[in-house]
Amino acid sequence: MIATESLSKRFPTGVPPAKRGGVTALDRLSLDIGPGVTGLVGANGAGKSTMIKILLGLSPATEGRAEVLGLDVATSGTAIRERVGYMPEHDCLPPDVSATEFVVHMARMSGLPPTAARERTADTLRHVGLYEERYRPIGGYSTGMKQRVKLAQALVHDPKLVLLDEPTNGLDPVGRDEMLGLIRRVHTDFGISVLVTSHLLGELERTCDHVVVIDGGRLLRSSSTSDFTQLTATLAVEVTDTDTHPDGTAALRKALTAAGIAIHGAPEGTADGLPGAGHVLLLEATGEETYDIVRDTVADLGLGLVRMEQRRHHIAEVFRPEAAAAQPQEAQAR
Amino acid sequence: MSTPTTRAETQIHNIGYRDYDGPRLGRAYARRSLFSQSLRGAYGLGRSAKSKVLPMILFAVMCIPALVVVAVAVATKVKDLPLDYTRYAIFTQALIGLYLAAQAPQSVSRDLRFKTVPLYFSRPIERVDYVLAKYGAMASALFVLTASPLLILYIGSLLAKMDFAEQTKGFAQGLVSVALLSLLFGGIGLVMAALTPRRGFGVAAVIAALTISYGAVSTLQAIAWSTDSLGAVKWLGLFSPITLIDGVQTAFLGATSSFPGQAGPGAGVGVVYLLVVLALVVGSYAVLMRRYRKVGL
Repeated sequence: MIATESLSKRFPTGVPPAKRGGVTALDRLSLDIGPGVTGLVGANGAGKSTMIKILLGLSPATEGRAEVLGLDVATSGTAIRERVGYMPEHDCLPPDVSATEFVVHMARMSGLPPTAARERTADTLRHVGLYEERYRPIGGYSTGMKQRVKLAQALVHDPKLVLLDEPTNGLDPVGRDEMLGLIRRVHTDFGISVLVTSHLLGELERTCDHVVVIDGGRLLRSSSTSDFTQLTATLAVEVTDTDTHPDGTAALRKALTAAGIAIHGAPEGTADGLPGAGHVLLLEATGEETYDIVRDTVADLGLGLVRMEQRRHHIAEVFRPEAAAAQPQEAQAR
Repeated sequence: MSTPTTRAETQIHNIGYRDYDGPRLGRAYARRSLFSQSLRGAYGLGRSAKSKVLPMILFAVMCIPALVVVAVAVATKVKDLPLDYTRYAIFTQALIGLYLAAQAPQSVSRDLRFKTVPLYFSRPIERVDYVLAKYGAMASALFVLTASPLLILYIGSLLAKMDFAEQTKGFAQGLVSVALLSLLFGGIGLVMAALTPRRGFGVAAVIAALTISYGAVSTLQAIAWSTDSLGAVKWLGLFSPITLIDGVQTAFLGATSSFPGQAGPGAGVGVVYLLVVLALVVGSYAVLMRRYRKVGL
């Protein structure tokens, strides 16, 4: 779907030409992204948006080359943009027209004949979950509905690939989950490949088949999501106290350590002094069996399991293993 | 004969996602679509009822004098129209300016303000297509506004059985003149409007550019005329859009100049007028192209 070869992009800065090194947004990035849902993760300014611009053929690369759908971005920009959908990160909707009118117009901008544009608009808006409200002016929509319209305009011309720039930005947790579900469906039900950017690895883990991490314009890591989860899953476990074990958390910690499960040093929240602090154990899940061990241990101790959940990671934890490893050690030393 | 299998297939197709296998008409079609959408938008068509009010009122007000002139001409059976075709736009320049001030920002500032421009550029069209479509639509909208009253005058003159050849010639000259005017005004209006995403600023800038330049030029011309320096009058006309058009049509389109003392330019100075008009049109286009290089994605 997407292939880049030592792709570099440098922006000239305002400094005098003599000193011009510029800002490097992408640094010799080589990628090969196949069909499916691919997450592009990076902190703000990591080069995600620059990458999307280059892939759409809107901004020439300083060095290297890139191909989208087998077409060279430098020479076939128009052909690529006809077959690719793009959902920008920022607001892009005029408030005084209805979603239907807007998406029809955008469909025609992609080259769909008028009748087809209308049909596809009705279909697409229904698929993204906009029904009667699609005839009302966009100005009155909630953020979640606006995001759906933005997604619809990217899908309306039935592209082979959509590039979604931070589609969950500004959404509440429910809206986030719905949007992620929708993105998943774009691939599974509609057969459209997706490249989705985010700065939250956790949400991409659940949605993507493959995750690419870039930082400072360089490729940090590229692998399938299952690899990530196996290596990185952190479980948060909270248990009740009982008469036999007045401090259930401590008892569980002891039992789990005995069972050979790595427990992250400081229990969550101790530093903040929040209510319930010290009652959540963070442990490393190495695979399915960890869940079983936790369940059995808790049952053996006769404790009540309040929760057991996967924690979302901050990118830094996962992709700078040295940093992630250093943290617990530091905590233990304290 | 519908077998169960085909029926099941039909059901699935109705519920699920349908691929699109139809034609994709590409860049030229997208440009035409943007052009027609912008042109319709300039008269509020395909937009809210509120946005139809102003352009429609201005269009009506533009045509009313023509209807009155025609009615009087037909009733009194005069031999010639009391108003030249080429003179009409000069008389109604305030209305044209008002229309431009209202519609140019509507056409380009909205896309900038709501950041819709990147969506256009993520589609097959390129910067040049966007600028051409917007410019073309604005100029066409102005042409509709300025040519319609001329058409009314022309039809009226034929109904009043005036001299066909003479009227046709006058009408043709008028059309060329308003076509030039539409290109010139459209370019100036869009450049002003494209520089700011704020609609209000755009409106103010267009009105200021047109009225201040015209006010200054006509005042200076009057002063020059009253101090008997007729030579200066025709050169001063180069500095405001409407006097530029006046100069061009005086020199080449058989119009009577509305300059003080009718001291319009002859063919020689007329060439300079024409060159300035063309330079402004090309310049507006170039500025717009430059402007949109910055605002892609």
